[in-house]
Amino acid sequence: MTDTATSLELLAREAAAQAGAHPHGDEGERYTAVNSEKNRPLYESRVKVYPKLVHGTFRKLKWLVMALTLTIYYVTPWLRWERGPDLPDQAVLLDFPARRFYFFFLEIWPQEFYYVTGLLILAALGLFLVTSVAGRVWCGYACPQTVWTDLFIYVERFFEGERAARIRLDKSPWTLAKVARKTGKHMTWILIALATGGAWVFYFADAPTLAADLATLEAPAIAYLFIGLFALTTYTLGGIAREQVCIYMCPWPRIQGAMFDEESLLVSYKDDRGEKRGPHKKGTSWEGRGDCIDCGQCVAACPMGIDIRDGMQLECIQCALCIDACDEIMDKVERPRGLIAYDTLRNHDRRRAGETPRLNIVRPRTILYAVVLAVVAAVMLVALLNRSTLELSVLPDRNPLFVTLSDGSIRNGYEVKVVNKEHSERIFHIGVEGIDGAILSRPALAGDNGATLVVGPDKLGTARFFVSLPGDRAREINGEADLKFIVTDLEDGKTAIKATTFRGPAK
Amino acid sequence: MSDHKHKDEVTGVETTGHDWDGIRELNNPLPKWWLYTFYICIVWSFAYWVVMPAWPYLSGGAWTYTTGVIGYEQRNVVTNELAAIAEGRSETMLKIASMPLEEVASDPALMEVALGAGKAAFGDNCAPCHGSGAQGGKGFPNLNDDDWLWGGTLEDIRVTLTHGIRWDADGDTRQNIMMAYGRDGILTRAEISDVVEHVLSLSGRSEDTDAAARGASIFADQCVACHGAEGKGNRELGAPDLSDHIWLYGEDRASIVQTVSNGRSGVMPAWGGRLGEGTINALTLYVHSLGGGE
Repeated sequence: MTDTATSLELLAREAAAQAGAHPHGDEGERYTAVNSEKNRPLYESRVKVYPKLVHGTFRKLKWLVMALTLTIYYVTPWLRWERGPDLPDQAVLLDFPARRFYFFFLEIWPQEFYYVTGLLILAALGLFLVTSVAGRVWCGYACPQTVWTDLFIYVERFFEGERAARIRLDKSPWTLAKVARKTGKHMTWILIALATGGAWVFYFADAPTLAADLATLEAPAIAYLFIGLFALTTYTLGGIAREQVCIYMCPWPRIQGAMFDEESLLVSYKDDRGEKRGPHKKGTSWEGRGDCIDCGQCVAACPMGIDIRDGMQLECIQCALCIDACDEIMDKVERPRGLIAYDTLRNHDRRRAGETPRLNIVRPRTILYAVVLAVVAAVMLVALLNRSTLELSVLPDRNPLFVTLSDGSIRNGYEVKVVNKEHSERIFHIGVEGIDGAILSRPALAGDNGATLVVGPDKLGTARFFVSLPGDRAREINGEADLKFIVTDLEDGKTAIKATTFRGPAK
Repeated sequence: MSDHKHKDEVTGVETTGHDWDGIRELNNPLPKWWLYTFYICIVWSFAYWVVMPAWPYLSGGAWTYTTGVIGYEQRNVVTNELAAIAEGRSETMLKIASMPLEEVASDPALMEVALGAGKAAFGDNCAPCHGSGAQGGKGFPNLNDDDWLWGGTLEDIRVTLTHGIRWDADGDTRQNIMMAYGRDGILTRAEISDVVEHVLSLSGRSEDTDAAARGASIFADQCVACHGAEGKGNRELGAPDLSDHIWLYGEDRASIVQTVSNGRSGVMPAWGGRLGEGTINALTLYVHSLGGGE
């Protein structure tokens, strides 16, 4: 017996005992008196999960994704983007008081919220596509819950040590050392949580100004409120609730279940290769048994507290850490890697049937998602490139619909609104067409402005206009006629047209 | 509940002990979080009774209630909010009240407030007669058109608003009389018919030229003083233009006959003492904006 084999057996026993894995074999079912007073808790308490650190490709990838996503989250509000005088120079800013959303070169007004809708549709379709190809990639790598939980576990490991040490520490009586370790962990968690809430509020106000205000305690109460709220949720969800968020709170696992099919790449245990599992002594034959030595490392590494060998399950976020854990062991026992790997259900069946496993990524489901994604992206791009910086809206008076003037002509009143989305003042000419003989006029107080309207930079200009039609012409239209308002930028000739109605007496 | 604890065979969970026609209820405990929330709510309610108005009781034969230690009262909240709004507006309203109307009109920020305040005041005070859109009705002028009996400049409208029309309580009220030519026996039925024919001819609607010609001489005797030789009216006297297309009391022959026979004397209250200077000015600007004014 070598040291390796001994340590692996120990690991297996440890895993079986501590991860709550049921021992296999013929020990028989254990009976529990579920209704006895002491076995009847008010609710089922969570069994704490102590994920073990693994090393490997996917762990490295996950560190990388964590660094990238956290950097994007914390740094984005500090990026600057020059837009001109009187406008915020923050690259990404949700300016609620001014009702603008700035995103680098983009500036979105509230009525253009469909761009955000389009973005959300793109994000959803992207998730569908990725999920149908490679399962819960979002959950396993990029979801904030996963990223922050991973970060919190890293902190926990830093203060309390590796899995076995953490279990020991939790079981040990309270000592000064334990208090120090726990305090250090929770303080660091709170700091991270505060930074998370802190970064959030910077998306809604000028970051440097707000940072200074926060430091001098002069920021608005709502800023502190949101920092507190997000700090609380980050601390609770990332530090305490962890995997319970994914299992009980999140609707995504249920939705994503509908995106997979038998050709989707999912983190899975190849039971055809692994079974029959059991401890293996170095030097003995691998004939007549599976490659799984039942060391339980995949269970120990799992942040969700499940056993991947039980098959596909709702709780699995497919973070692939069990792949790294298993590959480490396979290297040690000198068997090929990939006992746990990204695999498809069809390949599982193919191997059973003696066929060669293969990948079938291009299939109707993925083609459909990709095509819809491309179409929506194209529509968004065209809409964005053709985004108008001039908008016109015309509201006809509804009470009264029309008035008779002293010379017998019929007059309608209109409220004309011109949106200037450019960052400079513009002068517009307002005109009407569609009805012969229609005369455009303005209230007496408009003075000499005639049919021109000056609208400031990034502003909405409102003016009242009258359209009148001589009495005999008005009788000809009998009730109503289509009328068009045309606004023309006197400088660059850009126009916007709005169709409306001219109303008069019906015969 | 019976002392006998019955256990459900399928689930192994104790039942409540009751038996409803063979149906028993499992006695599953409540979730911990639910219980704690419930206990916190109970504690909260006790604190609430102390702090907020809560319990009714009889005091000296009349019902009253515990007011709570912080003295919260919803009526006070509304009163304070209204006062705060008025306070916030007071500076702007003072400007609207004291500045010349033309200057207010040339300031977009002031004008926005004035039109808003004017619209609200119109809805409260003017809409019952002039209609919610100022579209008017029989006897109540449409304020959206270009016909102004007493003048359509800002100043004319302000004077009308302040002093009213035929509002005897106001010494400066706008006064005129359209006499009841028929009822008071000044003209005979036939004469009235003739003069109405002439009035119709002013807007080109006469069908009987002989009657119209007879009516012209009566018109020259009785009507020109106010309405003018060509029936164009006189704003100084508030006399309407009889040659245009706008008829306050109806344009058909019967309505005009009735007008000449019985006279007309519509009344508009003087708002000077009832509404503040700022509100009057805001109303003036609003009414002026409706039809574009003069």
